[in-house]
Amino acid sequence: MAPELKLSYFAWVRERVGKSDETLNPPADVRTIADLIAWLSSRGEEYAYAFDNPTVIRAAMDRKHVKQDSAIEGAREIAFFPPMTGG
Amino acid sequence: MVDGGADANRIKVQIQHEDFDAAAEVAALTKGRLDVGAVVTFTGLCRDEGAKLTALELEHYPGMAEDEIARVAAEAENRWSLLGGVAIHRYGKIAPGENIVLVVIASSHRAAAFAAAEFMMDYLKTRAPFWKKEHLADGGAGDWVEARDADDHAADRWRKA
Repeated sequence: MAPELKLSYFAWVRERVGKSDETLNPPADVRTIADLIAWLSSRGEEYAYAFDNPTVIRAAMDRKHVKQDSAIEGAREIAFFPPMTGG
Repeated sequence: MVDGGADANRIKVQIQHEDFDAAAEVAALTKGRLDVGAVVTFTGLCRDEGAKLTALELEHYPGMAEDEIARVAAEAENRWSLLGGVAIHRYGKIAPGENIVLVVIASSHRAAAFAAAEFMMDYLKTRAPFWKKEHLADGGAGDWVEARDADDHAADRWRKA
């Protein structure tokens, strides 16, 4: 069985998905952040809406910023969110 | 304590809902120190955007927010010779006129303190996981604040340095 992966969503990504976090087991062919976005988008309308424009989506793996071509192997937590607007 | 050791020269990072007191942070940072020649303080406040907003709601990614600001602080410590500092970022509902963010940098001379404080703010705006949602004065549903290209450009220019 694939290892469990915690997914967290923030700001309008969270609102569109309809939850702040969940634990899923992505299939083995989901190797990168971009693969994960594509897989999630196929899971339902709310995900398709949240990831409608993948180029604006930012990701963090185990609480560090990563690019969408990053491999997700070994990740325990992956977060998706829009560009940051703090400060 | 006149010489607090190496830790006294590190930038302290705090993520909190509670307000902060910039003057008290500066006083704590410089207390008893005879080596500090410059302190730069930046405070970011919530604007009402021409009476449009009643508040900003700041969402953050707990854990990563602290880590990311600490990474930015460590980078500032590497680039400049600093004698300490404080970075405080608030989350939750914040009304116009209230504080959002504080960066204080102490150094021997002003150039390092000004540069490090500006660097911290530029990087923090584009890398620290915080998102602002508007609460509108007319009661309507507010939007998420959009990231500004100008903030990305401000952060990018430090790469050439």
